[in-house]
Amino acid sequence: MPALAEADRALLSGQEGEAARFAMGLLVRFAEAVGAPDFIDAEAAHIDGCLYHGEVSLDFVEHCVRLGGRVRVPTTLNVGSVDLIHPELFRGEPGLGSAGARLMRAHEELGCVPTFTCAPYQTIFRPRFGAQIAWAESNAIVFANSVIGARTNRYGDFIDLCCALTGRVPRYGLHLTENRRARVLVEIEACPPEWEEAGPACIAVGHVIGRRCGERVPAILGLPMDATEDDLKALGAVAASSGAVALFHAVGLTPEAPTVEAAFQGHPPEEIIRLGADDLRATVRSLSTVAEGAPLAAVSLGTPHFSLAEFSRLMPLLDGARATVDVYVNTSRDVLEALEERGWAERIRRAGITLVVDTCTYVTAIMRDLGGAIMTNSGKMAYYAPGNLGVEIAFGSLAECIASARAGRVVRLTP
Amino acid sequence: MRPGSLSARTLAPGAAEGPVFVLAEPLSFWGGLDAASGRIIDRWHPQQGQSLAGTVLLMRAGRGSSSGSSVLAEAIRRRTAPCAIVLLTADAIVTTGALVARELYGTACPVVLAEARDWLAITAAPRLAIEAGEGQATLWSVG
Repeated sequence: MPALAEADRALLSGQEGEAARFAMGLLVRFAEAVGAPDFIDAEAAHIDGCLYHGEVSLDFVEHCVRLGGRVRVPTTLNVGSVDLIHPELFRGEPGLGSAGARLMRAHEELGCVPTFTCAPYQTIFRPRFGAQIAWAESNAIVFANSVIGARTNRYGDFIDLCCALTGRVPRYGLHLTENRRARVLVEIEACPPEWEEAGPACIAVGHVIGRRCGERVPAILGLPMDATEDDLKALGAVAASSGAVALFHAVGLTPEAPTVEAAFQGHPPEEIIRLGADDLRATVRSLSTVAEGAPLAAVSLGTPHFSLAEFSRLMPLLDGARATVDVYVNTSRDVLEALEERGWAERIRRAGITLVVDTCTYVTAIMRDLGGAIMTNSGKMAYYAPGNLGVEIAFGSLAECIASARAGRVVRLTP
Repeated sequence: MRPGSLSARTLAPGAAEGPVFVLAEPLSFWGGLDAASGRIIDRWHPQQGQSLAGTVLLMRAGRGSSSGSSVLAEAIRRRTAPCAIVLLTADAIVTTGALVARELYGTACPVVLAEARDWLAITAAPRLAIEAGEGQATLWSVG
């Protein structure tokens, strides 16, 4: 049984309301199962319970609503099952759509902020360096820990909401400095010279660390120094898909790794993985299940949700012919608002592109045509789509995705 | 304690009895268990197609996405879940799913942590009964 501070006992006794009592009771048992000695304050939470997994999803949140629950810290929401702003995009069973929408609204009734994005780090709720937070959603967790230096474990189902309703989080795992040190050194010996941008190298390395590091923290040495925050986002997202990576260090790029020694907190690596240009090329090739020239059903971008910076890279690529296949870009309603203000949303729609918010093309039924291969620039989408959607996949750069959307088949721009 | 019974640590309380099902490999409930039928649907799992409904499920460790908590709780709600789960490594995803179902539906699926030295005896029993109280749990072979 974890040690309880006065604040925890107050929550557990019902002094802070019935919902807080319910949530704290679950948290105490959870802490026992993970071996946490006690609790600390959480500064913020990100909840992944808006995605409908069955009646239990709704029953749990409705129960908290009935008990009068209110979140006690700023709490953002992950994607739901429907796009509440463009509900006509939903192509699944109507019953499922309305239960999914109700689930999203019930979270709002608890005081959660309706961000409905898997990239809460792209909102004003981005945590500060060192903040103790309770975040769910694998790509958000790895981004918060690695790129920002905030501290969260891999929270999820039910427990994320319990932390939000109590403002407390069990003290174990990545909340503690000593568990954040790197265990595996991943050394990039050479990047393929034909890759002009850092994107593909980041995706390849992310895929490798997911497969080979499991839950061990890797430190990556030799990533291109011009890797952007969006490149690191893509790296983390694929690493958290092909494996259970919750934190990586990129030496010289991420805040807890100014040097190799700092990343390892002075300890030697348990294992060294060396990657050459051929390894990186082979990994990127393995993400595509179809060859150049294969006919496409659609192009899907923005998994995780597209940032404004990514849209600014997309805009110049839109001059020219309209797409001949469906093109979807997933983003948050916040970013959509910024696109409308700039007049970009109109230009994007005119180019034949569908903007999807609040949800995402691989967690719910939105894509109209699944009768051919899907092309994406997202390593995470490439990893999950064959299983989740049962489709063939082509992975390529943003420019290749747009060129392919015009041609209706997979186009490669570099040999 | 009852003669011949084994002690374990309670992760989620409750009492149950059922036929033993030993998982040959860890199973992620998310993507691996069909809550509608109680069957294993992970196509890479050696016991794919078999039903876990009503069994005392013996698993060395949990695996996979935290969405597994929802799938287990949903299976308990639909009465397609195991009646109890015995682990050799504490697992928060499994524990959370069982605790939430008990709170919401009053249906207990006790989850207990066994001792490594008892594993052979536990896996050899055709049927097990479990009583998981606060902190301490007891297991014994029946029939």
